[in-house]
Order: sequence, then C-alpha cells, then structure tokens
Amino acid sequence: MKLVTAIIRPFKMEDVKSALEQIGVQGLTVSEVSGFGRQGGHVEVYRGAEYVVNLVPKVKIEVLAEDEDAARIVDALVSSARTDRIGDGKVWVVPVDTVVRVRTGERGDDAL
Amino acid sequence: MEISAGDTAWVLTSAALVMLMTPGLAMFYGGMVRVKSVLNMMMMCFLALGLVSIIWVLYGYSLAFGTDSGAGLIGNFEFIGLQDTVGEVEGTIPTLAFVMFQMTFAIITCALLAGAVADRIRIIAWIAVIVLWTTFVYVPLAHWTWKFDDGAGGWIGDRLGALDFAGGTVVEINSGFSALALAIVVGRRIGWRRDPMRPHNLPLVLLGAGMLWFGWFGFNAGSALAAGELAATAMINTQVCTAAAALSWVLVEKFRDGKPTTLGIASGAISGAVAITPSCGYVNPMGALLIGLAAGAICAWAVGLKYRLGYDDSLDVLGVHGIGGLVGMIGIGLVATTAVNEAGGDGLFSGGGFDLLGKQLVASGATMIYVFGVTWLIAVAIDKVIGFRVTPEAEISGIDLDQHAETGYELTDTTSGAFAGVGQHGLSEYRQKEQREDS
Repeated sequence: MKLVTAIIRPFKMEDVKSALEQIGVQGLTVSEVSGFGRQGGHVEVYRGAEYVVNLVPKVKIEVLAEDEDAARIVDALVSSARTDRIGDGKVWVVPVDTVVRVRTGERGDDAL
Repeated sequence: MEISAGDTAWVLTSAALVMLMTPGLAMFYGGMVRVKSVLNMMMMCFLALGLVSIIWVLYGYSLAFGTDSGAGLIGNFEFIGLQDTVGEVEGTIPTLAFVMFQMTFAIITCALLAGAVADRIRIIAWIAVIVLWTTFVYVPLAHWTWKFDDGAGGWIGDRLGALDFAGGTVVEINSGFSALALAIVVGRRIGWRRDPMRPHNLPLVLLGAGMLWFGWFGFNAGSALAAGELAATAMINTQVCTAAAALSWVLVEKFRDGKPTTLGIASGAISGAVAITPSCGYVNPMGALLIGLAAGAICAWAVGLKYRLGYDDSLDVLGVHGIGGLVGMIGIGLVATTAVNEAGGDGLFSGGGFDLLGKQLVASGATMIYVFGVTWLIAVAIDKVIGFRVTPEAEISGIDLDQHAETGYELTDTTSGAFAGVGQHGLSEYRQKEQREDS
C-alpha cells in the first residue's frame, strides 16, 4: 500500500477533489497547513509598517491507495493542481506498512 | 438657573454614549494585538471602567471641579465622596449629570494609555497606573481646562482663555504624550521590529472603531452641555471631520504603500474624531473638513515615527491621539470663528490674528510637558516599586494565560481539554456513571 501526500494551493482544493473522485478515490484527508518553499512569502502593510509573511497557507491532501493505483492518483493530483506558476506545491508517495479499518478491524488492502 | 429637561436628557444620553466608547476601545485595541494578548488588552480597558469610576466619585470629581485652590492648578475637597452634589444644579442640568458625563471622559482617557503598553505589563502595575495617573495627571488637566469660575477657575480655560471644547488637551494630547512616557519606561516588546506583530482580528478593530465613532457624538456634542444649536454644530463637525480623516488616511496609504487598508480607514476615522474633539464647538463644517483632511494625513505619517525613534508605543496612542489632538488644538487657532460660537474666538484665517493661535500653542505645549514629565515620574516609580514587565517566558507564550488564566478564542474541540477536578472527561466515563446510577 502507498500513502500519497500532496501539498497544493488552497484554491485548487475543489478541482483536485473532483479529479480524484473521477478516478475512483473513495476517501481522503485534508488539512490546512502553512510552510515555505521557492514561492517565498508575501508582504502585508499595517499602519505603514511592512511585514514579510513567509509562511504561506497551503492545503495538504493525503490518500491511502493500493500499490497499483498510486501512479494514477499522482497523475490526477498533479494535472488538477497545476497552474504552471511557482508555488503549485509537491506530491510524494511513501510505502505504508499497515492499514486497519477501525470499525471492523480489517487489515491491508481490505481496509482501504 | 432652572433645570432644563431637554438639556438634562441630552447630557444623560451623552454620558451613556461616552461610556460605550471604552468597550469600543477595548475592541479597537483588542483586535490590533496578537491573539495571545487580546484579553489582557480588553481587561486593561475594563479595569479603567471599574477603577476610574470609583476614583471619580471618591475624590476625582472634587479635585477636578471643586473650587480652585489657587493659581488655577487644582480643585479642592469640597465634593469629596460626591457630598453636596445631590440636588445641585450645574448650568441647566443636575450636577450629578455633569459628574457622570465627566466621569466617562476620565475613564476612556485612562483606558487609552493601555495601547502604549500592549502585551507586556503585569496587571498589578496597570492598576497602579490607573490610580496614580488619574490622580496626578488627568484630574489636574481636567481642572486646568474645564473648571470655569469667572476667571478664578482653571488656568488654561478660564484664565488664559485657550479653547478646548471636548478634550484636545485633557483627553487627546494628554493620553498621547502620557503614552509616550509609559512606552519609554516600560520598554519594547520582545521581538519588536523583528517579529510580525500583526493585528489578529481586523473585523474587531473595525467594530470598535465604529463604536468609538458613534460614542463620539456624545463626547463632542454632549460637551455643549445643552441640547441646542451648539450641540448640533458639534455633531455635524464631528461627522465631517471623522469622515474626512478616514479618507485622507487611506489616500496617503494608497500613494505611499500601494493599497488602502481597513486598519488605515479605522485609524483615520479615530484621528479625525480626535482632531475635532477640541474644535467641534468653534469651527464651521468647512473648517472641520480642513482639520479632518490634515489630521488623517499627518497622523498616517506620525504613526511611523516610532520605528525611527525606537519607542514601542504599540498601538500608536501618540501618533493618533497625541498628534491628532495637536492638529485639532492648532486648527482652532487657524479656523475658529465666532460666527459659530460667540463664546469661542476667531482664528488666524478668520481675521483674529495670532492671539488665539498663541494661546492654543501655550495650552498644548504646557499639557505636553506636564503630562509627559509627571507620567514619566509615575512610571519610573511603579517600575522601581512593583515592576512593570511580565517574565520573558510569559510574554512570549502569551500574557492572557499568564495574567488571567484565560485564552481569548476556543475554536476547536480537540484542544478544549477537561474540566479539572470534575473527573468526567469523556463519553465512556459518562456512560459508566449513568450505568452505576441506574443500578
């Protein structure tokens, strides 16, 4: 099993979600996060004083998938989250050792 | 004179309006600080509401508005505990209505100081500031400017003849330059000029600014102490000047910083209300417009001074109230006209020459020097005896928790914790207890 994690622009959230639904993803986890990368921050001005806000708000999406589905999920994520500008985010995949469905106790692929 | 029902109703209403300004200020200031110190800021304002009220009835009113003890510097103890005020008349209103109206001014002026010491002072030190500063700074200033006794009252208003309708010296220059002294003695916040100290809730700032604008009608038009022509003049001037300053502040921002900001329009409105405070009863609406345009632009520039001079007047009490008050006091010397108020005067542009302008400058200068000096002495004494600052650990992790054992916002269930001591923390424990009680 794989865990596909994506950091994307917050306003791309709905596009990404529907793209994943279209390829049959049945569940995902979303969190609001902040961080920095090559995009850098932005400047805010309060009473003439400029503040550089270098942690940029992003959305993190996590999807658990069977091994053979991971590549398709990555492709869907990348194509739906892309705007071609700096700050589009990252997608990465890591192997997962165990998954358990809390309600039934099912393990492995059955729990997905 | 006989009591006028109309005048009394207006002054009572105005007192209630001005009282509402202090909770408004708590929101205006509270939204501007960081999330970890919003409660401390609002608490400082509410403590002023509590404590100054008591001081005022015990001895504050008497020392401010009792018969002059000589030289126009301070009143006496004839009204101590408000004795001999019940059943008395002040002009056309009951003396107690005047006491109440003036009390609300003393409260908000003191609360204004909290903006200079945001995020970092112990509440016990703030209580000492309220008591000492109200006694030795506010009360004498109120006497100087507003104790009228046919030339035997306060030295600024009754003897020198400088004009200050609703508190350009007593409230605005006073709070601004006292705040500067406090900010210097208390010192900068940890991380000032390095860490972002952005306002945590601008909608709260705007709500507070709106409440202040609303309450200011009582502050200024109520200062006519009568429901008549002069109150109407003061009210229209208040609206015109506040509106003009709100616009001129954001105009400066647009050209200087690129974008007009919500904090800017709120701050601009306050700077305009401040500048029209001394002048609202002496100028016509076109004069108010000029004063407002000047106040918004000058204050928008003045709030940047602290970064160059290195004092952490956290919420710009000096930049908005001190400088705005000066604009209004000097504005009187320029555009005041007796066509509006015969008891007023003619400024430079109304054919009155430099006489009035000179008096306005003397009153403003004396206020600046006195309040800065005495507040500085009070602050140094408090710092030596009690100590102003919370520990660095408390300041960084948040003064709300350290001084009040509270946090301003609880927006998620996952961090809400358990009620210490009750011992019933979750659903399973609740079910177990239910079962035990059933059996």
